[in-house]
Amino acid sequence: MIEQLDELYREVILDHFKSSAHKGALPNAPIHAEGSNPLCGDELGFDIALANGQIGQVRFHGKGCAISQAAASMLAAQLEGKTLPQARRIIETMQGLMQGRKLDPSVDLGDLEALSGVRKFPVRVKCAALSWNIVEQGLQSYKGQKQEAGS
Amino acid sequence: MLDAQKIRHDFPILSRQINGKPLTYLDNAATTQKPRQVLEALTRYYSQSNANIHRGIHTLAEEATAAYEAVREHAARFIHAPSSRSIIFTRNATEATNLFANAWGRANLKAGDQILLSEMEHHSNLVPWQLIAKATGASLAFIPITDDGRLRLEELSRWLTPRTKLVAITQMSNVLGTINPVQEIAARAHAVGALVLIDGAQSVPHLPVDVQRLGCDALAFSAHKMLGPTGVGVLWARETLLESMDPFLGGGEMISDVQLTSSTWNEIPWKFEAGTPNIADVIAFGEALAYLERLGMEQVRAHEVELTRYALEQLGRIEGLTLYGPSDGAVRGGAVSFNLDGLHPHDVGTVLDAEGVAVRAGHHCAKPLMRRLGVAATARASFYIYNTKDEVDRLAEAIRAAQAFFARPARAAVK
Repeated sequence: MIEQLDELYREVILDHFKSSAHKGALPNAPIHAEGSNPLCGDELGFDIALANGQIGQVRFHGKGCAISQAAASMLAAQLEGKTLPQARRIIETMQGLMQGRKLDPSVDLGDLEALSGVRKFPVRVKCAALSWNIVEQGLQSYKGQKQEAGS
Repeated sequence: MLDAQKIRHDFPILSRQINGKPLTYLDNAATTQKPRQVLEALTRYYSQSNANIHRGIHTLAEEATAAYEAVREHAARFIHAPSSRSIIFTRNATEATNLFANAWGRANLKAGDQILLSEMEHHSNLVPWQLIAKATGASLAFIPITDDGRLRLEELSRWLTPRTKLVAITQMSNVLGTINPVQEIAARAHAVGALVLIDGAQSVPHLPVDVQRLGCDALAFSAHKMLGPTGVGVLWARETLLESMDPFLGGGEMISDVQLTSSTWNEIPWKFEAGTPNIADVIAFGEALAYLERLGMEQVRAHEVELTRYALEQLGRIEGLTLYGPSDGAVRGGAVSFNLDGLHPHDVGTVLDAEGVAVRAGHHCAKPLMRRLGVAATARASFYIYNTKDEVDRLAEAIRAAQAFFARPARAAVK
């Protein structure tokens, strides 16, 4: 059974959980998004900076289980340096991965790929998915604001 | 003393393996397992006596009606209610509380009145009152708790005032295990003219409950937390109260006469049981009551005091483990909440499950209590008649395994 646990809590996941370089806040970032999982009490917030049409630094804060915290850290790491459409593609790919869709090899998931084992623990999928669902909403409302400002 | 090993033979599910390990079922505060006597009663009813009750004139309808009404008598005896006319079957304890909140609260509460609850209530004894307070203009007040999860009774007189119209309180906390002195609370509430509803969802399954001795006015509990099937709850309330209340739900069965634009109500308790009830599960619940009576509720309680004491002692020895609730097993029930330093209870629950140990992890439908304790969630082990000290040992081992699993050092700060 420990092998099955190792599949859920891969070493890289525990590393991100225990010591993430992306924990913190960016008060002046243009994109802020927060969310929570009312069933388990996980809470996460993301600050996303932009520079030259690309995502700059990404920081997250909050509390929750190892899976939710590691997913937040991995997602933050993977988003940095990406364009907004690339970021959306990563989010869609992670959502697809949780639904058992085949991976698109052209999308670089970095450490996020370690979360593929979560799918075998259905009750824990929502822990992982919290991060990208929050960031997806953040990107959407940022797009909405920009369109409003431009019109 | 109960013979838990012998009792286990009556529960088919307890011989299951989970992830290659024997099932250690410690989630009894959520729902208990069912003995074969209950399972057989369900099959027997559906294969021998299935019919709708109270209206048929054929043999099956008579048999089903007699069996259903016999459980009403049985439930009344179980909680020492003076009459079975005051036993109403609902879907669960939550619906029982909602029934009382709506049928009594809407007619009797108004702006300026107060409903007194406590900080340790389950959402099922909180949200219905929030709804009724909003509808009637009444306000809510809360008896505060101590850091070790006991009611601050020394402050009760501050909260019990002539404005207090109802005290709705749990007899046993589903998170802390705390047993509240509801008899004393009822007496003091009556002294200011308030009624008392007791949430017995955790207490009725685990200790002897006598509504006449407690002196309460209403009691809600659930069958599935005491060996019975899901889908059956009970509201007991004083007959005079029930007589004075309007129905909660309208439909078949609860009427005396129906005109096109108005109706008159059936007698209690049927006035409050609109539509076809959960006949099969009520009948099987009768077997659950009989099972517990054969064991004796005093014995059930004694068994759990012993297990709870042992669990508090064993878990208390684990470094980095925080226990919640009163530390004396003799004054609390067998719901034992805990947290491990640096670990979220969901991660703990996942490792425990890998070891075959089923516990609950989360806010236990008591979010205000979680905030009061300063935590987002806890893990909770909860015991019943078939649990053993060996299983408490297995829980302690699995907790240590979880700590070891997550203690592996991080390789380096990840970029």
